[in-house]
Amino acid sequence: MPKDHGIGASVKRREDIRFLTGQGRYTADINLHKQGYAYFARSEMAHATINKIDTTAASAMPGVLAIMTGADFAAMGGNPAGWYINSRDGATMKEPKRPVLAHGKVRHVGDAYAIVVAETLEQAKDAAAAIDADFTELPAIVDMAKAVANPAHRVHDEIDNNVCFDWGWIEDNRAAVDAAFAAAPHVTTLELVNNRLVPNAMEPRASIGDYDAGTGDYKLYTTSQNPHLSRLLIAAFVMGIPENKLTVIAPDVGGGFGSKIYHYGEEAAVLAASKALRRPVKWVAERSESFLSDAHGRDHVTTIQLALDKDGTFLALRTETMANVGAYLSNFATVTPTFLHGTLMAGPYKTPLVYVNVKAVFTNTAPVDAYRGAGRPEATYSIERVIDKAADELGLDKVEIRRKNFITTDMFPYTTPVGLVYDTGNYQATLEKMIELGDLAGFEKRAAASKAKGKLRGLGLSTWIEACGIAPSHLVGVLGARVGLFDAATVRVNATGSISVMTGAHSHGQGHETVFAQIVAERLGIAESAVEIVHGDTSKIPFGMGSYGSRSLAVAGSAMVKAVDKIIAKGKKIAAHMLEAAEGDIEFADGKFSVAGTDKAKTFGEIAFSAYVPHNYPLETLEPGLEETSFYDPANFTYPAGAYACEVEVDPATGQVEVASFTCADDFGNVMNPMIVEGQVHGGVGQGIGQALLENTIYDENGQLLSASYMDYAMPRAEDVPFYTVDHSCVTECTHNPLGVKGCGEAGAIGSPPAVVNAVIDALQRGGYKHVTHIDMPVSPSRVWAAINA
Amino acid sequence: MTKVTMVVNGKTVSAETEGRTLLSAYLREGLGLTGTHVGCDTSQCGACVVHVDGKPVKSCSVFAQDVAGSQVRTIEGMANADGSLGVVQQAFQDHHGLQCGFCTPGMVMSSAALLAENPKPTESEVRHYLEGNICRCTGYHNIVKAVLAASGQDVASVPAE
Amino acid sequence: MYDFEFVKPSTIAEATKALTAEGAQALSGGQTLVPTMKQRLAAPGVLVCLTGIAETKGVCKGDGGLHVGAATPHAVVAREAASHYPALAALAGGIGDPAVRNRGTLGGSIANNDPAACYPSAVLGSGATVVTNKRKIAADDYFQGMFTTALEEGEFITEVAFPIPEKAAYVKFNQPASRFALTAVFVAKYADGVRVAVTGASNDGVFRWSEAEEALSKDFSAAALAGLSVDHSDFISDLHGTPAYRGNLVKVLTARAVAAA
Repeated sequence: MPKDHGIGASVKRREDIRFLTGQGRYTADINLHKQGYAYFARSEMAHATINKIDTTAASAMPGVLAIMTGADFAAMGGNPAGWYINSRDGATMKEPKRPVLAHGKVRHVGDAYAIVVAETLEQAKDAAAAIDADFTELPAIVDMAKAVANPAHRVHDEIDNNVCFDWGWIEDNRAAVDAAFAAAPHVTTLELVNNRLVPNAMEPRASIGDYDAGTGDYKLYTTSQNPHLSRLLIAAFVMGIPENKLTVIAPDVGGGFGSKIYHYGEEAAVLAASKALRRPVKWVAERSESFLSDAHGRDHVTTIQLALDKDGTFLALRTETMANVGAYLSNFATVTPTFLHGTLMAGPYKTPLVYVNVKAVFTNTAPVDAYRGAGRPEATYSIERVIDKAADELGLDKVEIRRKNFITTDMFPYTTPVGLVYDTGNYQATLEKMIELGDLAGFEKRAAASKAKGKLRGLGLSTWIEACGIAPSHLVGVLGARVGLFDAATVRVNATGSISVMTGAHSHGQGHETVFAQIVAERLGIAESAVEIVHGDTSKIPFGMGSYGSRSLAVAGSAMVKAVDKIIAKGKKIAAHMLEAAEGDIEFADGKFSVAGTDKAKTFGEIAFSAYVPHNYPLETLEPGLEETSFYDPANFTYPAGAYACEVEVDPATGQVEVASFTCADDFGNVMNPMIVEGQVHGGVGQGIGQALLENTIYDENGQLLSASYMDYAMPRAEDVPFYTVDHSCVTECTHNPLGVKGCGEAGAIGSPPAVVNAVIDALQRGGYKHVTHIDMPVSPSRVWAAINA
Repeated sequence: MTKVTMVVNGKTVSAETEGRTLLSAYLREGLGLTGTHVGCDTSQCGACVVHVDGKPVKSCSVFAQDVAGSQVRTIEGMANADGSLGVVQQAFQDHHGLQCGFCTPGMVMSSAALLAENPKPTESEVRHYLEGNICRCTGYHNIVKAVLAASGQDVASVPAE
Repeated sequence: MYDFEFVKPSTIAEATKALTAEGAQALSGGQTLVPTMKQRLAAPGVLVCLTGIAETKGVCKGDGGLHVGAATPHAVVAREAASHYPALAALAGGIGDPAVRNRGTLGGSIANNDPAACYPSAVLGSGATVVTNKRKIAADDYFQGMFTTALEEGEFITEVAFPIPEKAAYVKFNQPASRFALTAVFVAKYADGVRVAVTGASNDGVFRWSEAEEALSKDFSAAALAGLSVDHSDFISDLHGTPAYRGNLVKVLTARAVAAA
């Protein structure tokens, strides 16, 4: 029988009740007394000088309460990039100021230059349309190659070639890598584009600023994945107010996928407007605003080369990438294409020599930042695509070429040539599991059945690894991080034994309220219903870094376990006193403190009660109360890995690709709630199929966003995907965190795109279209048809 | 302003409207029923689906005055009389058919409408019917599974559980 | 969205009168017009809702073939036309999604004449008659290019009469985002010849592929199309397909429609 509660059980989610009955409380659902409604005037041009913004007439419109422009925020600080990246030549990266509202210039379509607050939203829109703004349009810089080549056109006047940094990883290895290529028997080269995506959390961003003139306290309700990080950025960097005067609340949040990690100018604007008006100010983005102003993801143009022996042994790998950062640096924009991308270029393979070069380029487009996977999908896609191309060129089997080059189990801990130390893994095991579950042996039979229907069937593989739960702080500090990467938890045992756990992680779909309660309850031997998880409110929770990068369980979960351990340790002291035994003789199991070898015991509840009603208590040596906080800074990343197989059917007459099956065998270490883990993989794979086949973000040469709504941005729908087969039974426990867990949130989105594209190319190759060796994502019907008929 | 009266979740209600007041705004702002969500402005995401006279519609694309006098059902009206989850809601919880919860009200309303029209849909019928409801979290696997389960069909053979 | 006065007449005569008001605009199911109004791209002073007129709703068989009321939602056509004109019913049942089909109407679709809409191909491909509050218009005269029709100021569609073919089929290739037709073909075989109407492909909106009609009128088989190709010089080029790609789809989908009919 599978467990029905505690660690490892597929406990149903407690948060579902409110979401299924319409009782969720998202930011847009919150209405404050006397709130004004904000609307942002946004640039319709990609690049222009602001000559004048005259709000006189607009301010006199009915219902208008306030209009603020970039000039009103000019004295405030900029919204900073979280990582400082140095160029190959040692130069520091270029970090132009990212103001609350555009000032002097607008730099992308959707760049906000004024906030209008009125009694109603429609009045605010009317007034925004009445602002007398005069611009001089400048040439739009959209294409990265042109941006770098044409120093006359600058997104930021002070950055002459639009390059933020030119990063080499690891620069000292470059000569050795080049030498290996020069001597290699075979070199496979692939040019590819990792398509730009719009994250599209289904809840558009929203923020409510609420300033209390009586106390000078600011409160911000906002759609954030990490309220403490937002508070730090707003208070310390942008607005210059003490953190204790700002509370950030991220209530129910309708998905993030990275796009809600960042602080956005709208948040500071509603706070400032609320202070000016002495009234709450509410803003809710329309979907069209989300397309224009949310941080986008991916957008790499890469040349990757793999040097091999004729037998398929990898000798060296090198890549050159241009990474679009858009018009301003979003908070993680500089780490995503570097330390979350270049450090993964070894994959699960023992390639001895690897060199990565990344140029980050400013363009007149929306900022680009981490989107589910963040750098690691780009790395995985490049590696897994070039391996398939190499196998085709050398006539090698695509399973064998991977198996031959895997890091083997006897090699852990394994130091990669790109600076990571993989603590544990078993890539052969997940590969074999995938081969079994995906019935790869039966592929030819299925291919014949497809052929009988006039379809071409293809099989694509991806054996991937990622690094998540980014850490440790002292190392990332050396690499340029401006923050620590620990997390925190407070476990408060109430007098009657119920428990409140305040966590620095934030749940926006991951089910933390359920799974964290499972862990705490099992560790303390009490009922899950007695454990409440509190998150999302900086006035209640300890300083934690929130949820992104598949870090919640590995980092915040570990902090929680450490805090529980402290509770147990203190409980033992109390029990020793009450049971008149030595502390060393007290054992804790199944919710009871007992004296070893006797039947003398106190329940957890009795100990808790005693801590708060300390009548019989060692007050002279022990403080009353039972509440512990732990800050946990991991010793290393965790390294989940897996093997994916995708089968597609291609209609050669139309180019239509249908995903026939998708199989995942993952190693996430120990699994706390299988149902939730499987749901995370399903969602990631769905997004990966979306990237591979459907989604694309296209700016025209004037910097106008063409895919600016669901009419043109193809979101995956239920009909576009199959049932997925997922498995997480191959377990190698993480060696350095107390639960032996690895992250699972991004896995699906990291591993799946190359499997899909590899399957399409395989189908076309098998179908006789030997000239088709690559198609860029999204592999749309028109692209497939064009490739076939090229 | 025009007062619009309709029957929402079995109760006769009214609220003031302008000509442009959408049904979604009437429900959310007029009545405080914030379970109906708005996720796009082009009638595509389906987070706002409610039932009007028994049929699913996108409440962000219907004027409140157009459906005056109608019977409207929203996610707040889907639980059983005793407050327990209705069949579709319960299946979504049992099979983890939701994550962030934002698309969920529309998903549940569309799924319930499907089962009213077609009590034993096939997998492909479920997927086709949910064409107008976008979910970004689940990859749809567990949503489809939940709807099949809510129809009383055995989902034990569906992969991954 | 700009505000407006909302009126919902219950007869054709009332609606005709309401549409004479300054700034009046007809509204049918609203599945296209409402999003347009949200973007403030339309600013009617009076919105005249045409879905409350009983005489413009429903599906029935009559002299001119199958009469479909202009205010009949797609879902009703999908259900009620199924036994009379299956290809038309199937087309209606594939427009948008279920919620859209409960609101969107035939009249709204062909009055808007989106170049990627489904219905115009059925109306043109059936040689249907568009009946308005003022006159009857042959399909060949009604569609006049992208978003352009023969409708005049104050004129609105009350019904469409579809001659019922011997056999017909509609094959649609979805634009993956909007689920409109990236390209779609309606083929109908009548005693006096075959009609082939194409939507989603041309900058001129729905059109008849006359070469295919000629070939299929002689030999109603996919093989009859073998040597043909459609002139794609004025086809739509967008994120989802080039003119050449759409030209290929026209041919592939026409053959599939013939096979399915």
